Amino acid sequence: MSPSRLIPTASQTVGPFFEVALAPDARLGCLVTGPATRGERIRLSLRVLDGDGAPVPDALVEIYQANTNGEYPASSSPGAEFHGFGRLATDTDGVCVFDTIRPGRVSDGRGGLQAAHINVCLFARGLLRHLYTRVYFAGDPALAGDPLLALVPADRRPTLLASPSEDRPGTWAFDIHLQADAETVFFEL
Amino acid sequence: MQDDTQPRLLYPPYQSTVRRAPMKPALRVPPDFGDLAAPVFGYLPIGAADNDLTRQHEGEPLGERIIVSGRVLDEDGRPVPQSLVEIWQCNAAGRYRHAIDDHPAPLDPNFSGAGRTMTDAEGRYRFLTIKPGAYPWRNHPNAWRPAHIHFSLFGTSFATRLVTQMYFPNDPLFPYDPIMQSIPDGAARERLVSSFALDLTEPEWALGYRFDIVLRGRRATPFEPQARS
Repeated sequence: MSPSRLIPTASQTVGPFFEVALAPDARLGCLVTGPATRGERIRLSLRVLDGDGAPVPDALVEIYQANTNGEYPASSSPGAEFHGFGRLATDTDGVCVFDTIRPGRVSDGRGGLQAAHINVCLFARGLLRHLYTRVYFAGDPALAGDPLLALVPADRRPTLLASPSEDRPGTWAFDIHLQADAETVFFEL
Repeated sequence: MQDDTQPRLLYPPYQSTVRRAPMKPALRVPPDFGDLAAPVFGYLPIGAADNDLTRQHEGEPLGERIIVSGRVLDEDGRPVPQSLVEIWQCNAAGRYRHAIDDHPAPLDPNFSGAGRTMTDAEGRYRFLTIKPGAYPWRNHPNAWRPAHIHFSLFGTSFATRLVTQMYFPNDPLFPYDPIMQSIPDGAARERLVSSFALDLTEPEWALGYRFDIVLRGRRATPFEPQARS
């Protein structure tokens, strides 16, 4: 490590008042895709829960994902068709809902493909640093070969799987447990 | 390995961490996984007044006008150009324009407290705003937050995302603030304090404060011996 390297600025909590700047309009959070974006339309319902299982009503959830071909947007501008990015504040039930598409499989950097997943970056009052996790899709045959899931202890892999809704086709539910037995697997990038 | 220059996730003096901080260690993503470029956050074009929080309404906000400017750098000291910087803050009286802020201090009809801008080719950003007030919170008896401005930065990759808070020099509330004190390393806490800058100060108009921000790369980077180009 070079002695001249700078030390990264310390993180601080997003606090309870971020909406004025970071999530001023719930519509915006849903613009991950445009109306003409190709792919299987899905609705991803994310819920954030604390160590008591109580909803976290003041979290900020950011998602970032590839398009149906497994490509992240190289660049985009206001009005672009596919942003791949969305962010929403959770409501009083700890829930936020993204309308998007099921992403394609992206490269794993080792010549293979990862299972389809949506990246999540989570902020909240009481979180002094943000957390990264991933949403995979339950029942996806590619899960068994996913190189990152393979590094997750088997008993904790279910924390990374979204479940399909039985009565609402295309809707997937994903709970983020910040603590306790069901604590979601978080990643350090 | 514990990094004392970043806050602990669990810091009981900040009570909200107790039921919200994950207890299990994060799983490190191997460095040979494809790195993710930063999301391009472009729902709306950035407006002319977006980095001037004193001109977002018909009248001028009350309070002490200030300029906050600095550079966004990576760990090698290189500027991070064309990256989104967003800020939010309370008004001069210590009140946020937010439904759940019930601090009995006046709202200012001429101040929203939100701004955003893109860094220029040298990684510079600049905001014109008013100095935020201190305000009470209910973390512990007689708890007050030192005056601060929240910063959100994207940088160049999904791993460089940062949300932090900028403080003002010589605030007597620092030792009593568990959010700031959650960072074990004193020098790292000090780097969250902006410095008064006469060269940023505009005569007959506003005091200037400098706040430079360093974004991390992927954690694995320091273990790679080759120089990055």
